[in-house]
Amino acid sequence: MPSLIDLRRRIRSVKNTRQITKAMKVVSAAKLRRAQDRVLSARPYAQIIQRMLANVAQAASEQHDGETIDLLVVRPEKRIQLLVITADRGLAGAFNSNVLKAALKFIQEHKDAEVQLELIGRKARDFFKKRSKSISGEYSTIFQKVVRYEDALEIARKVIERYRKAEIDSVYLVGNNFKSMMASQLVMNRILPIELPEKQEQIDYIYEQPPAELLAALLPRYIESQILRALLESAAAEHAARMTAMEAASSNAADVIDALTLKMNRVRQASITREIIEIVSGAAALD
Amino acid sequence: MAEAFDIEIATPERLLAREKAIRAQIPAKEGYIGVLPDHAPLLSELGIGALTYTTPGDQRFSLAIRGGFLEINNNVVRVLTDIGEKAHEIDVARAEKDLKQAQDAVINPALGMDIAAALIAVRHAEARIEAARRAAAKEE
Repeated sequence: MPSLIDLRRRIRSVKNTRQITKAMKVVSAAKLRRAQDRVLSARPYAQIIQRMLANVAQAASEQHDGETIDLLVVRPEKRIQLLVITADRGLAGAFNSNVLKAALKFIQEHKDAEVQLELIGRKARDFFKKRSKSISGEYSTIFQKVVRYEDALEIARKVIERYRKAEIDSVYLVGNNFKSMMASQLVMNRILPIELPEKQEQIDYIYEQPPAELLAALLPRYIESQILRALLESAAAEHAARMTAMEAASSNAADVIDALTLKMNRVRQASITREIIEIVSGAAALD
Repeated sequence: MAEAFDIEIATPERLLAREKAIRAQIPAKEGYIGVLPDHAPLLSELGIGALTYTTPGDQRFSLAIRGGFLEINNNVVRVLTDIGEKAHEIDVARAEKDLKQAQDAVINPALGMDIAAALIAVRHAEARIEAARRAAAKEE
């Protein structure tokens, strides 16, 4: 039977833990709201560029014969670049491990090819560093502050450059998308070579520049905006996941406190009962 | 004939404007384009400069933009720019300082700055000052 003092100590420590998890939940909730706003405000650009791309691609393919633009060239996948987006910090439930598991599975499925990893987020770096896979780059400070366009730009420029030089034959991206408070959605996309979006309607534009030139300028922007979106989604999903995880941890701590308090009261009562018995039986012995 | 058109201005990070306008002046790559309602469908790259539009209430707004794309179709003008600032967000003193710095870099290649980048910086700083100036002129 544990002593009264031990129980009191444990209750106190669990209460402290609950304080911390509660605070973390509140912080994540505030950050989530901001991250969600940023996801939403990046949306118009992504939608408009997609629509433009569809139209320009159509016009370019009509006027341009034979020659394909470098970012649309499909090569056999011998060297694949995989962008792995995790968080910088843990304590967010299965947020990071889901991504890492998906990345491992991807590598398994592409055994014939060489998969080079571009690791975004400290958790991804720590995980793959130990496993010494081929790593082409790592970014472990992006999520410490708010995600900026420049971050996406840096990553996009690097992969585009490597793709143009044919150092890599395709680029995939794995990460979390923000879906709801309770669940984030794991996404695995190919971003290069670009698959042109379906066009809806044929519009007879006046082109200030030749369509092929316009298309060549649009494609890198499209990739940048896709990567930016993935980063913003991941940031939002991370805060949502942490909020949910900390909520669960807080209510778990409350349960533990209840159970320990009950136990403590039992122990206390038992010791009081024992003392009374001792006194009573002592008095009885005197009679 | 339509009396006004919609104008949407977005950067990768945020939407800068989405409203009705009756006139717009947009810095395309090959010079300024004036837009009135019922403009023909058009696609273009953007240059660096001050974009100005007038709302049906005769209010004028200016923004400094740097590169990107323009689409006009069906009375909707969509501007996608890499860097965009509304006139009231522009710190003129800083823009002037940037301009001076960039000009120095162009004149004096010994500073080691890329000339092409410096020229772009000059034009961007000028665009910011211009956008702020236009906004100020409107208020007087």
